[in-house]
Amino acid sequence: MSNNTFTRRGVLRTGAIAGAGVALPTIFTASSAAAYTNEPMGSSVTLGFNVPQTGPYADEGADELRAYELAVEHLNGGGDGGMLNTFSSDALQGNGILGKKVEYVTGDTQTKSDAARASARSMIEKDGAIMVTGGSSSGVAIAVQGLCQEAGVIFMAGLTHSNDTTGKDKKANGFRHFFNAYMSGAALAPVLKQLYGSDRNAYHLTADYTWGWTQEESIVAATEALGWNTVNTVKTPLSATDFSSYIAPVMNSGADVLVLNHYGGNMVNSLTNAVQFGLREKVVNGKNFEIVVPLYSRLMARGAGENVKGIHGSTNWHWSLQDDASKAFVKSFGTKYGFPPSQAAHTVYCQTLLYADAAQRAGTFNPCGIAEALEGFEFDGLGNGKTLYRAADHQCFKDVLVVRGKENPQSEFDLLEVVEVTPAEQVTYEPDHPMFAGGALGECNPGS
Amino acid sequence: MDAIILQILNGLDKGSAYALIALGLTLIFGTLGVVNFAHGALFMIGAFCAVTFSKILHSSYTVIDETKTDFLGNPLKVDMTYVEKWFGNAAGGTILDWAVPLSILFAIPVMIIIGFVMERGLIKHFYTRPHADQILVTFGLAIVLQELIKYFYGANPIPTGAPEMFRGSFDFGALLGFDANTIIYPYWRLVYFVFSAVIIGAVFSFLRFTTFGMVVRAGMADRETVGLLGININKRFTLMFGMAAAVAGLAGVMYAPINSPNYHMGMDFLVLSFVVVVVGGMGSLPGAVLAGFLLGILESFASMNEIKSILPGIDQIIIYLVAIIILLTRPRGLMGRKGVMEE
Repeated sequence: MSNNTFTRRGVLRTGAIAGAGVALPTIFTASSAAAYTNEPMGSSVTLGFNVPQTGPYADEGADELRAYELAVEHLNGGGDGGMLNTFSSDALQGNGILGKKVEYVTGDTQTKSDAARASARSMIEKDGAIMVTGGSSSGVAIAVQGLCQEAGVIFMAGLTHSNDTTGKDKKANGFRHFFNAYMSGAALAPVLKQLYGSDRNAYHLTADYTWGWTQEESIVAATEALGWNTVNTVKTPLSATDFSSYIAPVMNSGADVLVLNHYGGNMVNSLTNAVQFGLREKVVNGKNFEIVVPLYSRLMARGAGENVKGIHGSTNWHWSLQDDASKAFVKSFGTKYGFPPSQAAHTVYCQTLLYADAAQRAGTFNPCGIAEALEGFEFDGLGNGKTLYRAADHQCFKDVLVVRGKENPQSEFDLLEVVEVTPAEQVTYEPDHPMFAGGALGECNPGS
Repeated sequence: MDAIILQILNGLDKGSAYALIALGLTLIFGTLGVVNFAHGALFMIGAFCAVTFSKILHSSYTVIDETKTDFLGNPLKVDMTYVEKWFGNAAGGTILDWAVPLSILFAIPVMIIIGFVMERGLIKHFYTRPHADQILVTFGLAIVLQELIKYFYGANPIPTGAPEMFRGSFDFGALLGFDANTIIYPYWRLVYFVFSAVIIGAVFSFLRFTTFGMVVRAGMADRETVGLLGININKRFTLMFGMAAAVAGLAGVMYAPINSPNYHMGMDFLVLSFVVVVVGGMGSLPGAVLAGFLLGILESFASMNEIKSILPGIDQIIIYLVAIIILLTRPRGLMGRKGVMEE
């Protein structure tokens, strides 16, 4: 007869509880005496740069990484200081952040949400990153932003253009410097009206994921407000490479404008196909057929080659801007790497400086202190003119550029020309605007 | 009606690419019995042959133009191509303009060599291994090739233009008596279709009318017997592998102006091409060609708005749906024969 006090049920229950405890990620449990997640104790502080190093946006990711490295160099007092010299806040002294040397780790998002979360988690748990930044896709940015909120670190979004990032998926620990789809619509509409009139029939081809949907919604709303009619909106799979079968129906649809809500390789291929099918030479309803690409980037323009000439779109920043800040940034980036920075590089450089400055002003690395310093922060001298980090949704409000593919490029970088600088007031919306409604910032989470 | 004709035309060029890739796949499968998942990568390498050859033609020396400045305010460095220097601006310009068709000459030897090296260096060792091993090793190879291309050429697509005279589009509507501007089709896609028809014709004639081809066909039907007759079938099969690689490569070269080449384009075509082979019938060359065009056209039809409004998302699954139906009704595929791949 056994005199064992263990019961089967008891062992199972204990095992289950212990298992759950072990499985619970350490970032969610109070494991140290630190006041917040990854409080820097030594003489250095670690930032986590989470960018696509492989996958379809790897070129954007590589440019972002260059800008991050440049920002770290400038924060630590190296190089020519870049936009630190033009930034309206003079809290940063070129001696790191709060006297601590800035170090960094990098991760590869692969432009996939799960891979991005895994690499962000590893940077926070293993490398002790106090802040995570990056991302070249809205799907990725939203996923990582959620993770950072749970982990109690600040997320400084990189290239993400979906309304949802600071709309229904906004988080108290997340901040976005880049503009969004609504702003593209608001900036483009007046220019489109002036160029193409108010009696137009638009046909949309849209990448079938969060960014594409919000961009289509924004552009449809903005153009219908002008009096345009929307003939059709067609979703195309993100994996599509040949768009000819989507382009063909456009020709007999009665549309006289094609809006390509595509980014990266998608846009390069859909635009190339549209031009091959002679859409740009077409005359419909007595008007020249036009193509609009609402979100432009120079890297994309390079991929599409000749086809971008004369096509309008919007962008967050362009290296040909002539303000002191942009010139300083282009000079220090161009001298180091031999070519001008992309808008992706610009936005992540700004985000790194803005984070460092907020920590310096707040006197702490505590995410809640930094969030407070960023909320409602007004600044200038980072290449976009006067900018506000709005407290209500952590979105930056600044001028938006309307650009056009240049007819006679002088060099391989000289692909876009700025047509208009749309003032910030014109692209500003209420925090509870229907396109952004549905989410809440919630409380800032310092972790630990 | 005009929309239907347009989608048929549309399906033809996609079908051409499917048919060419599937043809090579079937050749390799029929002769060597290897399921080659790296075949899409060969298509992609073909497209990058066009990119590389175009880059070679555009190799240049730098001249400093003091009258202009670059983005940092330094004197502008202007690149002048050697081709234009040697042949004069007019002839040189024409050569540069025709870079893509000219790269066929460059691609054929390169692709045959790549095919040889692949077969002798790697795939040879997997003939007697199970199909699962072959799939794993060729798939791994495809990933390696893809990453190599990305390392050297970057992840973004590289625009590679067709010659100037083929850049416009052709008004089929006017030709067929419809209203002008209703059925417009790019010239280069027509060129692509004709080109693929020529290649397919050449491969078929080669197999049918040459002794070499006859032996290969005999080997495809019964490898053992041909071996017993004292013919070194393996040597010929290696050559066929090189030829299949060249066919895939040429399909890639000419595809470059249709969609700017990127490192991932092979994978995009590979899976569909496998479906094409299965639908056409394993080991059947005419089946592969027929199924290639059929599925290309069906895919085009499925993305018509009229059809998508009834069956949303049909454009993404149509090929697999058709494959299921054909395999249920004709388990050997459209033109598959008894005894192939059946133990």
